[in-house]
Amino acid sequence: MKKSVRFYSGAELVAKAAIDAGCRFFGGYPITPSSEIAEYMSHELPKVGGTYIQMEDEIAAMGSIIGASLAGVKSLTATSGPGFSLKQENIGYAYMAEVPCVICNVMRGGPSTGLPTALAQADIMQAKWGTHGDHPVIALTPAYLEEVYELTIKAFNFSEIYRMPVMLLLDEVIAHLSTAIDLPDKEMLVIKNRRKPSVPPEKYFPYDTAYGDVPPMANFFEGYRYHVTGLSHDKTGFPTTDPELVQADQERQIRKVKSNINNIIDYEYYQMKDAEIIIFAYGSTARGARVAVDNARKLGIKVGMMRFRVIWPLPEAEILKHCSKAKAIIIPEMNMGQLSDVIERYAADRTKILRINHVGGVPIHPSYILNVIKEAI
Amino acid sequence: MKCDHYEARFAGVGGQGVILAGKILAYGMVSFEDCKAIETPTYTAQVRGGATKVDVVIDKYHIEYPRSEWLDFFLCLHQKSFNIYFKELKDDAIVVVDPNLTPNIPDNIPQKLVLVDLIDIAKQEMGKTLYAAVIAVGMFTGLTKIIKESNIQKAVLDNAPKGTEINNLKAVKLGIELGKKAFACKEKVVRLTLEDAKMLNNEDQA
Repeated sequence: MKKSVRFYSGAELVAKAAIDAGCRFFGGYPITPSSEIAEYMSHELPKVGGTYIQMEDEIAAMGSIIGASLAGVKSLTATSGPGFSLKQENIGYAYMAEVPCVICNVMRGGPSTGLPTALAQADIMQAKWGTHGDHPVIALTPAYLEEVYELTIKAFNFSEIYRMPVMLLLDEVIAHLSTAIDLPDKEMLVIKNRRKPSVPPEKYFPYDTAYGDVPPMANFFEGYRYHVTGLSHDKTGFPTTDPELVQADQERQIRKVKSNINNIIDYEYYQMKDAEIIIFAYGSTARGARVAVDNARKLGIKVGMMRFRVIWPLPEAEILKHCSKAKAIIIPEMNMGQLSDVIERYAADRTKILRINHVGGVPIHPSYILNVIKEAI
Repeated sequence: MKCDHYEARFAGVGGQGVILAGKILAYGMVSFEDCKAIETPTYTAQVRGGATKVDVVIDKYHIEYPRSEWLDFFLCLHQKSFNIYFKELKDDAIVVVDPNLTPNIPDNIPQKLVLVDLIDIAKQEMGKTLYAAVIAVGMFTGLTKIIKESNIQKAVLDNAPKGTEINNLKAVKLGIELGKKAFACKEKVVRLTLEDAKMLNNEDQA
């Protein structure tokens, strides 16, 4: 008897989840290892009445999803390291204009074209600081295919709730891995949509803070006055240089995420109860680390793992707690220490930090992590 | 035991179809053997000719590490790939290579070694080198018995492009027979040539 199974790749699940979250526009430009997302969207979006467009480059692709979202359509683009760099100027525009959208970055080795087809977690910092100026950041890092689906939906929800771009950071292994998974019932999904204005068009202001830190957002072409600019602006959307207004606007934008941090941070504990050595990990690297934890436990070593499903914002309070208690913290990353640098600031010499930084494009083998665990004792 | 942990790697260069081989195997294990399986490919920026491999990991339960950890089976169709991906093998792993494309292999490989003119066989017996990957999946089946012959055939058919079903089925069956022949051979190093394939194909037709 053939089971009714369906094989999915990580890339396919991003596309599927996006559509299930209500995404009806994809603007992209192909780049390995993310191209499969565009490919699936090009097949699937027209079937649900959505629009797929391949733009002339990544910059235009980012511009296209901002435009689509302003017209009221949930939008996605997918790219990888070099394309993510190109998108940054428009990502900044989306922060400033508070346009909800999701940018999926399937991370590969860099800088420049680097390792186009190989695994890396090279854009953890680019996701946070890639565009200039201060802005809030939400970035999600799934490690399992079930989670790719779940967190893609979550990324759309965050972008709609907080009216801002959200980063979905996959790595090459997760995007290209295929297996059979059960997807949740569509009826059970929690889908959030942006808050719409409740006032008549003539009374509407696109950045009206009278309704809280996230102003209601009207669709373009529906009669609401709506000026969009990357310049600092007042509630009408027109530019201002009034220091007080500019200050208040920046503070409000940061506050959108900061004051809701407990609704956004997302992490998983594994074998942490009596752990003296703690691994901090995310993405596919966490899977090798989990195998290493199991193998170390067999040797009687008290080691546990904290895995970040959302990498930005980090759960600062929990990290601080572990940094003051743990005998050692191990941070395996497929980059030269982008998270480690941050954690070191939290740790402030209260514990020792052991870094594992592999950038050769090959996943960190569990036996390698196990050896570092043994060193940490 | 059914669905015991097993790790297989098919390696070659882009265009030979090794990633498809892994996909067919993982699909077959999940769809017809009721096991868990993952398929995880690695390739280069070159569309054709870059070192390529696919790892297939099989288990009864959830598979944590998303690549192979210690290989039970390694099949390689190109020297370039062999040089990079011949590692993390168990002592009792099975190694299959095409000696025409992979001439330089270390002396005294501790594992069972099958030298098979796979590309030649695909070209001569199937008419196209691209059937090498499906023959390889068949060889895996005959050599390891990890998946039932009938199930790998179903998996091949489900993944074959329309119009190629008959040839793909023929290719996987030939691979299975080659694999069984290598399995039956008790020597540590087994040599299979085009002549062996011709004989097996003739037997099948008779």
